[in-house]
Amino acid sequence: MGVKKPFLTKESLHAGYGLQAIPEGVDPDVLLETLSQEVSQKGFIVTQLDKVAAWAQAGSLWPMTFGLACCAIEMMQTAASRYDLDRFGVVFRPSPRQADLIIVAGTLTNKMAAPLRKVYDQMAEPRYVISMGSCANGGGYYHYSYSVTRGCDRIIPVDVYVPGCPPTAEALLYGILQLQRKIQREKHFARC
Amino acid sequence: MGAPRTLEDLGRLIAEEIGTDVLSWSIEHDELIMITERFSIIRILTYLRDSEALQFAQLIDVCGVDYLGRDPRFDVVYHLLSLVYNQRLRLKVQVDEGMPVPSVTSVYSSANWWEREVFDLFGIPFEDHPDLRRILTDYGFEGHPLRKDFPLTGYVEVRYDELEKRVIYEPVKLPQAFRTFDFESPWEGMEIAGRALISKEAKS
Repeated sequence: MGVKKPFLTKESLHAGYGLQAIPEGVDPDVLLETLSQEVSQKGFIVTQLDKVAAWAQAGSLWPMTFGLACCAIEMMQTAASRYDLDRFGVVFRPSPRQADLIIVAGTLTNKMAAPLRKVYDQMAEPRYVISMGSCANGGGYYHYSYSVTRGCDRIIPVDVYVPGCPPTAEALLYGILQLQRKIQREKHFARC
Repeated sequence: MGAPRTLEDLGRLIAEEIGTDVLSWSIEHDELIMITERFSIIRILTYLRDSEALQFAQLIDVCGVDYLGRDPRFDVVYHLLSLVYNQRLRLKVQVDEGMPVPSVTSVYSSANWWEREVFDLFGIPFEDHPDLRRILTDYGFEGHPLRKDFPLTGYVEVRYDELEKRVIYEPVKLPQAFRTFDFESPWEGMEIAGRALISKEAKS
């Protein structure tokens, strides 16, 4: 308390999704100061639409709550106060219509495969998928079972695979950060 | 109430009261097990529930067992609990493939879903069940997966078809071959090694 921390630390720049937005060697505090002066003096700043869109998307990933098994417990840990997904703008939604990410957390059975696809189809574009844990990645422990789908990528296209049985909360958090980096690289408004 | 009743007393009491419908009874691992006549299971359970001296008011579970190669092939097992006397009882009825067992939902309504489960996983039909459908396996599933002769990987697998735009079922194609798993526990192995060491020490 009382100590003024820089708005963007060096570590957060190199670990998070600010990597491309701010060039190497630029002090984030100075950059922020310059930007706010530019806004207050001219009333606008110039940037690329792609970067703004990617920044907005990566900073407000709303995942569909899709817990299937024990991985869901670990997913709850990630969302709870210790790891606190809220600070990354990740807020769980109970409806696919409001979500742009689905975390397949747990064993996907054949009976659940069709509902998973239905939920995925109901999500608005752009949408992303994180496959969490061995079972969702490739059947895992239940690979030879009569009732388990051998990987949720047989049903929906997956962006990030998080290994583990179950993955720790840190591992899932890392997976979400990796997805944010992936979104940062995307170009939606390419010039023709 | 006097001293707690022993399992032997309980077994003898029930066997006397029910009579020839109890085919045999025994105590294994401090648990009372009774093998009973299949067609009188409703009468037996009603008696066990309503008798003042027993009061087996709670049906804990109904499950099935497949003894492949035995005749008759299946067991249906009922677990009962008497809350008043703090005693438990296991009833078994033996049934062959395709033969029906009377449903006990009229005695314990909690048997409804368990009988559906036994029907789903073992294919044992229950007579006069109010709603005998599959409960766990996939819609349109074929076979009864807890039977010993059911193949581990089943018959079908699912994938999403881009052309049909839906999840489709296909015959199982395993890209990864079965592994030969080593079931010997390292801890048990340690015990064997330990015993060998002890016998060596004893010799020397």
